[in-house]
Amino acid sequence: MSDEIQSHDSSSTPVRTEPVQDPGLQPHQWRPTDVDPAQERRAERQISGMFTVAALLFVLFAVSYFAIDSDQTFLNWSASNFALGATLGGGLLLIGVGIIQWAKKLMGDHEMVEMRHPARSSAEDREAVMADINAGLQESGVGRRPLIRNSLFLSVGALAVPSVVLLRDLGPLPHGQDETVWKKGMRVVNDVSGLPIRPEEIEVGQLINAEPAVFFPAEGEEEAEVHGHELLAAKSKAAIIVVRMRPEDITPSEGRENWGIDGILCYSKICTHVGCPISLWEQQTHHLLCPCHQSTFDLADNGKVIFGPAHRPLPQLPLGVDSEGYIIAMSDFPEIVAPSYPELARDQKRLDGES
Amino acid sequence: MSTDTYTPVEDTGFGKKAAGPVGWLDDRLGLAGVAKKNLRKVFPEHWSFMLGEIALWSFVVLLLTGVFLTFWFQPSMSEVVYDGSYAPFRGLEMSQAYASTLHISFDIRGGLLMRQIHHWAAALFVGAMLAHMLRIFFTGAYRKPREINWLIGVGLLALGMVEGFAGYSLPDDLLSGTGLRFVDGLIRSIPLVGSYLEFFIFGGEFPGEEIIPRLYMAHILLIPALLLGLIAAHMLLLVYHKHTQWPGAGRTNDNVVGYPMLPVYAAKAGGFFFVVFGFTALMGALVQINPVWAYGPYNPSEVTAGSQPDWYMGFSEGLVRIMPNWESTFLGHTWSWNVFIPGVGGLGLLFTVLALWPFVERWVTGDQREHHLLERPRNAPTRTGLGVAGMTFYGVGWAAGGNDIIATQFHLSINALTHIFRIGIFLFPVIAFIITRRICIGLQRADQNKILHGYETGVIERSPDGSYAERHAPLPVTEQYRLTAHDRLPALEAPAETDENGVALPHGRVAKVRHRVRSFYYKGAIDKPTLAEVEHADEHLAEIEGHPVHLGEDFQGVSETGIPKSH
Repeated sequence: MSDEIQSHDSSSTPVRTEPVQDPGLQPHQWRPTDVDPAQERRAERQISGMFTVAALLFVLFAVSYFAIDSDQTFLNWSASNFALGATLGGGLLLIGVGIIQWAKKLMGDHEMVEMRHPARSSAEDREAVMADINAGLQESGVGRRPLIRNSLFLSVGALAVPSVVLLRDLGPLPHGQDETVWKKGMRVVNDVSGLPIRPEEIEVGQLINAEPAVFFPAEGEEEAEVHGHELLAAKSKAAIIVVRMRPEDITPSEGRENWGIDGILCYSKICTHVGCPISLWEQQTHHLLCPCHQSTFDLADNGKVIFGPAHRPLPQLPLGVDSEGYIIAMSDFPEIVAPSYPELARDQKRLDGES
Repeated sequence: MSTDTYTPVEDTGFGKKAAGPVGWLDDRLGLAGVAKKNLRKVFPEHWSFMLGEIALWSFVVLLLTGVFLTFWFQPSMSEVVYDGSYAPFRGLEMSQAYASTLHISFDIRGGLLMRQIHHWAAALFVGAMLAHMLRIFFTGAYRKPREINWLIGVGLLALGMVEGFAGYSLPDDLLSGTGLRFVDGLIRSIPLVGSYLEFFIFGGEFPGEEIIPRLYMAHILLIPALLLGLIAAHMLLLVYHKHTQWPGAGRTNDNVVGYPMLPVYAAKAGGFFFVVFGFTALMGALVQINPVWAYGPYNPSEVTAGSQPDWYMGFSEGLVRIMPNWESTFLGHTWSWNVFIPGVGGLGLLFTVLALWPFVERWVTGDQREHHLLERPRNAPTRTGLGVAGMTFYGVGWAAGGNDIIATQFHLSINALTHIFRIGIFLFPVIAFIITRRICIGLQRADQNKILHGYETGVIERSPDGSYAERHAPLPVTEQYRLTAHDRLPALEAPAETDENGVALPHGRVAKVRHRVRSFYYKGAIDKPTLAEVEHADEHLAEIEGHPVHLGEDFQGVSETGIPKSH
């Protein structure tokens, strides 16, 4: 052991300084299985019993695999899953416990002592390595040929260019974050049936989960205009809720007076915090609570945030009624829906300019 | 087991046959050289050394069950119409990922079991890593020369959490999609580049068609490969440094006392693999986890109340829930502090603090020695206090992640709860620190009392003048040694601000700060008794008021009923 840096408390110090001296390793304690042949045989029987039962359980596993139908139940729970898991798990546990018992009860339990060595290498080894490194550096000429060295650094550094450029096609550049499929005249339809909604069908206090009509097949069509994964992307921005409150309870801000129909208002269903669909409706207080992070919005007060981590109010969709008496959107959302992103302020400014 | 009847393996029938092939291998690989050093390597024993083993074995269970699941899982987001055996969903449009998860759960025999074992083992993997890390922290096992292994461990924990999240997202059910939506919001909140990262990672607008195939690649190839490499490095360093041990009679900083790898430790560790596998299999058989068919396919306009991530993401989730709604606009950009600080900053802070701690502590204590003996948590009161404060911080964040569940279960106001957590996340760790440090110091004092005044035997004696006193007796010397085997406290001298010529020292200010932090670190800690104190105590204990204490060789204290215990 090198003593130049390390200074271990060593029990071999001649002068006694520690309050209690190390009494040294204690004598070995014999186990019952070491001294009593009956105990030893008992342990042997126990352990081999465990292994045997484990083997039996694995056979039972195969039996249940073939014998139990997938729709059979046991205590309201898949019988197959229960039987397979219980036999497999039970067998594995028995093997494990058996091996550990073997080690604890029958294998030798004399403690052994091994000396430690400092983690560092010996001083000679360090010197030898430094000598090798120096020889290598000198023979390569790295120090003497800065032109080669630096241009190598340059070229390897420039390897970053293809590595980064190659990743460019991971995805398109950001686009469309400030628009949804809503546009003037698009019908508001029920999110399950796809049927358009008349204002008189909605009671005061009622909330309807709704979607734009393009998410459902038009009359006579097989497939909706928006479908497949495009539908999911469009839905994650265009989902809405329609609520009816007493008109006297609503306090629309300036310019929003005509966005509703007799107390029927429409808001984005996508939380402005991290985009959960928000739908816990407190009818009496007009509050809408997000189930993910509990941001709470006041729908009677322009979707204002009244609690929780969301910052922006819930965007409101201006409503109207078409010639057949169904509820329609009067425009796309004037405010940006879904979670905030770095360019949001810029995009919102542009939207404000357009309207 | 008697050794006199033992036949060496090379003389047995098996050995004679095996010697050829083993010799063949050794001719080419030189195995004997490595095996000689390691087959009988000594490992010390303590129950807490098992926590890391649980993590290791649950990782193996994850590999085994994970391979099984890949035979059928299809990482594709293309929409298909479900026609499997789960009747409620027949005819419903869903992604192939979700449909194949249902297929594994309902049509592959044992598929549901493997899915559930996989999920339980994942929860156990992260939990065991965390518990193992706390064990390392509270016993100071990360000190020199093991700092690098601590860093590898921090990396394993971080990767394990990412791996778990990636796996959680793959089935593409409503819950996992909601989790992805949250991550999408999180990525968007990254200042300046958020939108670009979002579009590159998701291959377009959320949810796109790419994220599940990409997460699948990360989940079954990239991250497991990194985990395997780091685990290998973790184990190699463990073997090189040799395991730490608790101080005790015969157990010093220079040796390691325990059982040999072959056969005892190999059997115990190998057996424990079966125990962990068996335990997770029973969990998979008896306790339902992540019933994806109950949630339905992902739909960005639906969510269930009480949506919860897997437990190890609860801390981040909670921080996001209790963060005030700060968002600001400057430099023409929107800065979503309400999502970025808790979502990215929370775990970032946790892992940064964890990674730096060994180096910070070394700077504070100035201790450059190698440590192979574990420190009892009470003997490092400030470290233990800080650790418990960190656990409290984590715990408050974690509880806040379930604030809606707590509110509905206990009929509390969610708003009040959120406010309590907002204050608590700063206040409770401070309280926890103060209380823990006090408890540690109290325990140190109790140890000191046991050394200097003996332990309480429970024997009450009446003296001739009628007074009662409890008889104390000296602890066995092994126990006395165990309680005093730790380092003595260092002397805390204020650093000189000037040298002998009165010139200000260059690092005077840093030294002053360091001295202050150091005084805080050792504040209140009780030093172990000195040699003189113990010698004095020995005399005192040997003869109390002229009545020699003779409890006999086999006296071991008394039971609650006052009857002396014996062998």
